[in-house]
Amino acid sequence: MTPQNVDSSTTMPQQHVASADFRGLETRGAHAWFGTHHALADVSLRFPERTVTGLIGPSGCGKSTFIRLLNRMHEFIPSAAMAGEVLLNGSDIYDPSEDPALVRLKVGMVFQKPNPFPAMTIRENVLAGIKLAHLKRENHDDIVEQCLSRAGLWKEVKDRLGASGGSLSGGQQQRLCIARSLAVEPQVLLMDEPCSALDPGSTLRIEETIKELAEKITVVIVTHNMQQASRVSDFCAFFLTDGGPGYLVEADATRKIFTNPTDLRTADYVQGKFG
Amino acid sequence: MVVVYSRADRIFRRIVTAGALTSLLLLGLIASFLIFRSSGTFRQFGLSFITGSEWFSAGEDPVGGATTALADADDVSVFSIGPMIVGSLVVALIAMVFAVPLSIGGALYIEFYAPRAIYRVLVSLLDLAAAIPSLIFGLWGIQIFTPIGVRWATLLNDRLGFIPLFSVEFENFSRSPFVAGCVLAALVVPITTSVAREVYSRTPRDLIDTCFALGGTKWGAIRSVVIPYGKSGVIAGAMLGLGRALGETVAIYLMLNLVFDFSFQILDSAGGNVASMIALKFGEATDKEISALIAAGLVLFAITLIVNMVAASIVQRSTPRA
Amino acid sequence: MNTNAAADQFQGIEPLRPWAITRSARLKNLLRSLVFAFVAFVVTLVTPLANIDGWAFAFLLVNVAWVVGQTARLGAKERRDAVLRVVLTSLAVLAFVPWLSIFLTVLLKGYTAIYPGYFFSDMRTSTPEDEFNIGGAGHAIVGSLIMVAIATVITLPLGILSGIYLTEVRGRMTFLVRFIVQSMAGVPSVVAGLFIFTTVVQLMGKYSGIAGGLALAVLMLPTVSRTAEEVLKLVPDDLRSAGYALGARQWRTAIMVVLPTVKSGLITAGILGVARVIGETAPLLLTSLNTNGFVWNPVGGTVASLPTYIFSMFMYGTEYSTSRAWTGSLVLLALVFGFFVLARRLGATATQKAQTDSRKAKKLKKKS
Repeated sequence: MTPQNVDSSTTMPQQHVASADFRGLETRGAHAWFGTHHALADVSLRFPERTVTGLIGPSGCGKSTFIRLLNRMHEFIPSAAMAGEVLLNGSDIYDPSEDPALVRLKVGMVFQKPNPFPAMTIRENVLAGIKLAHLKRENHDDIVEQCLSRAGLWKEVKDRLGASGGSLSGGQQQRLCIARSLAVEPQVLLMDEPCSALDPGSTLRIEETIKELAEKITVVIVTHNMQQASRVSDFCAFFLTDGGPGYLVEADATRKIFTNPTDLRTADYVQGKFG
Repeated sequence: MVVVYSRADRIFRRIVTAGALTSLLLLGLIASFLIFRSSGTFRQFGLSFITGSEWFSAGEDPVGGATTALADADDVSVFSIGPMIVGSLVVALIAMVFAVPLSIGGALYIEFYAPRAIYRVLVSLLDLAAAIPSLIFGLWGIQIFTPIGVRWATLLNDRLGFIPLFSVEFENFSRSPFVAGCVLAALVVPITTSVAREVYSRTPRDLIDTCFALGGTKWGAIRSVVIPYGKSGVIAGAMLGLGRALGETVAIYLMLNLVFDFSFQILDSAGGNVASMIALKFGEATDKEISALIAAGLVLFAITLIVNMVAASIVQRSTPRA
Repeated sequence: MNTNAAADQFQGIEPLRPWAITRSARLKNLLRSLVFAFVAFVVTLVTPLANIDGWAFAFLLVNVAWVVGQTARLGAKERRDAVLRVVLTSLAVLAFVPWLSIFLTVLLKGYTAIYPGYFFSDMRTSTPEDEFNIGGAGHAIVGSLIMVAIATVITLPLGILSGIYLTEVRGRMTFLVRFIVQSMAGVPSVVAGLFIFTTVVQLMGKYSGIAGGLALAVLMLPTVSRTAEEVLKLVPDDLRSAGYALGARQWRTAIMVVLPTVKSGLITAGILGVARVIGETAPLLLTSLNTNGFVWNPVGGTVASLPTYIFSMFMYGTEYSTSRAWTGSLVLLALVFGFFVLARRLGATATQKAQTDSRKAKKLKKKS
C-alpha cells in the first residue's frame, strides 16, 4: 500500500471549508532532515480549529520532529533542514519576512519533561512568557488567575503563588507549564508527550485540561499512549516508518481510526499488534 | 559489592595509601616548617606585622655568611607588610573589575553567539591563553600595553581626578597599580572565562528551548535562565581568578615599583604586592628578614587559601541543584 | 518496497534552511563592517579619540548606532537583543585581543634573534650586548628541561598513587587527601620557592638545579594529582566489575585492567603538569637563579632556565638584551603550547579508549 498523503484530499476532513479560507494550522508536503538523514517525508495535514489532534505511531516515526516544524523549533538543531510549507492563517511561517519569535507566540509548546523555571516563583513562571516577549499587559493578576484556572491548577496554588516553581509535584509542574504557555494567548498549543513522565492520576487530570482548552484553541498532541489518544483527541494522524523517513499513513476522525481505519497498518497498530 | 582483600591486595593498598599520604605529608611539612621558621617574627611583632607599614632590616650579614649580632638599639629591624597586603588587594581588585565583565561577556558570546564553526577553536584558544606564563604577560605589559594603559589613566585623571581614587601626586602613570591591574586582568580572564563558559554550557537545554517556545529572544533566554542558573558557578570562577591575581609575582614585580606606603591612589606610581616583595627582598635578606619574608608568605598563602576554599564551597553548594 | 517508492518519490525535493543567513546577506554584513571600520578610522582623525583603543571604541559606537537605527521601527525587545549582541561580541573580542597581541608580539619580536645555533649555544662567551648570532639560550632550554624532568619524576608517581587512592582504594583519609591536594593548588608560586630556599638551598649552602626541580614539584603535584583522579574516574565501573568477575583481586584489577586503560590519560596528566610549571619564574628566582653556561649537574650550582634567562635578559635593559628576552619568550611559549597540544591529543585518545573499553566490558559481562 502506498502512503496516502500525496494530495490534500487526504488531509483532515474539514466541514465545507475551502483551502483559501482556512484559518488555522496546516502543513503541505512537509519534509525534515538532520544533515543528510531524511527524517520526515511529505506530510500534509490540516489541523481543524478548536479541536484536539493526536499524532500517534511507534517511536522513531518523526512525530516529535514534525511537531517541532510547526513552531520553528526544528531549526535550533544545527544540522536541521526542511522542505514544504507550514501555513498559519494562510501564510507560510517559514517565509523570510516572518519573525520566528512571533510565530512561537501564536504556536505554543509544552514539552515532555515538566520544566518550570527553577529560579522563579509560580506567579513569575506564569508571567514569564509575557516578560520574555515584552507583551504589554496591565492585568497581571487576572492573567495569572485565568491561566492557572484553565490549566486546572488555580485552586491548588492560589495561596502560594510566591513558592518556587520547583516545589510542585510532577503533574502540578506540567500544569504550570501549560498555564505558562497559555499566558501569551497562543492560537495553537503543541504538546510533545506531555504525560509520559507523569503518574496516571496527573495524566487524567491533564487530559481533562486538554479537552477544556480545545474550546478556545487548537491542540496538537503527540502521544504513545493509544488509550490517551482515543480519550482525548477529536482527530488522529498515524505516522509510520519503514526504516526510511517517517510518513503519514492515515489521518481521520478518532472514532474512525480506532474502529474502522482505512489502512491495514493503522488497524494493526491501534489493535496493539505492534508499536 | 563485597570485595575480599587478599594479602597482596593489602600490600597494594598500603603502597597506594603511602603514596597518597606523601602528598599530605609534604604539605604538612611545608606548613609546619614555614610556621616554625616564621614564628619568631610573629612573636616579635604580633598583629603589627600585618597592620604596620615599615620594613627595615638592621644590618646583619646576609644569609650564607656569618651573622654578627648588633647590640646597638638604633639598628633594630622592623618588619611589617601592611602596605603590601593592601597593594595586593588593590591591584587584584582592579584586575577583577575588568576581568569579570570581560569573562562573562566572553563566555556568553562563545556559548550562544559564536558561529558553530569557530566554537571549538575559541575554546581551545581559551585554554592556550590560560597557559601563557605570567612572565610573558609582564613583558607584554611593559612594552606593549603601557602606552594604552597610560592613555586610559590620563583620561581617568583628567575627567575624574577630583575623586581621591584617581588623583595623583605626579603625573607618571606608567608604573601605576591601574596599569598593572589591567595587565593582571588579561592574565586572569582566561581562567574566569573558562569556568564561566563551562558553567553556562551546562544550562539545561530544555529551559532555554522553553524560553524560545514562549516567543523570547536569545538575550531573553540568557537573562531569564542562563545567568541565574550559572550565578554561583561564575562567582566561584571569579574567586579562582582573584586567588590567582593575589598570588601573582613576576608580572607585578616587573610593572610596579614597590613602595611601602598605604596608598589607594591607583593612578599613582606606588604599590606592590606581597608576592613580588618576597621575590625582591629575599636575595640579600638577613636571617631575621628571611623569617619575616616567610611570615609574609604564610599570610599570603592564608589569604589565597581562604579565597579558594570559599570558591570550592560555592561550587559544592550549587552542585546538588544541578 | 515502500521505502523505495518513497525514495523515488522525493528525488526532486531539496532540503532547505529558510532561517539561515544567506550568503549574500553574509557578504553584505562583511562589507558593512569594513565600511564601519573606515568610518571609525575617520572618527579617530577628527575627534580626541586616537590610536588603536580609540579606534576600537569608535568602531563599537558605530556598530551600536547602526543596530539601534536598524531596530528603531521594531520593539524594545528586538532592540535590546540586537544591542546586547553587539556588546557581548565586543566584550568577547576585548577579552581575546590581549592574547592575540601577546602571540603576535612574541612572534614578531622574538623572531629577530633566532638563528640555528641559538638552541645549542649559551651565554658564556657573549654578553647580552652582542650581535644575535653570538650566544643563545640552549643552556636555558636544557636547564628548564632538566628541572622539569626532576619535578616530573617526583610528582608523576605520587600524583598517580594519590589518584588511585582516591578512586580505587577510597580509604578513610580520602577527604583529607583531596582537601590537601586542593589546598596545595592555591600555594603561591613564590611561597613554594621560599620554602625550598629555606630548606634545600640553605642546607646545601648553594642554589642548585635540584632545588629548582623540587620547587617545581611542589607546584606540579596538585595538577597531576587532580588530573590523574579525573582520568581514573572516567574508567567505567563495568570494567572493574568485569575484572572482579573474572576472578582477579583488587590489586590485579587495578594494575592490569584499569591502569592500562588510562595510560595515555595519566601521561596527559603529567604533560599538563609540565606545561603549567615550565613557565614559572618566581620559584626559580629563589632556588636555581640563573647562569651563563650549560649545566648538566643538577646539584652543582646555579642553573639557567628559560624563565630566569628571559627575566635576566629583560632586566639588563638594553635593546639587544630585550630582544633576546623576547626570543626566549618565543621558545618558552612554543614549548608550553607544544606540550599542551600533545596533552590534548593524548587526552582525546584516552576518552575515546575509555568509551570503547566500556562497551567491551559490557560485552564481557554479558558473556560471563
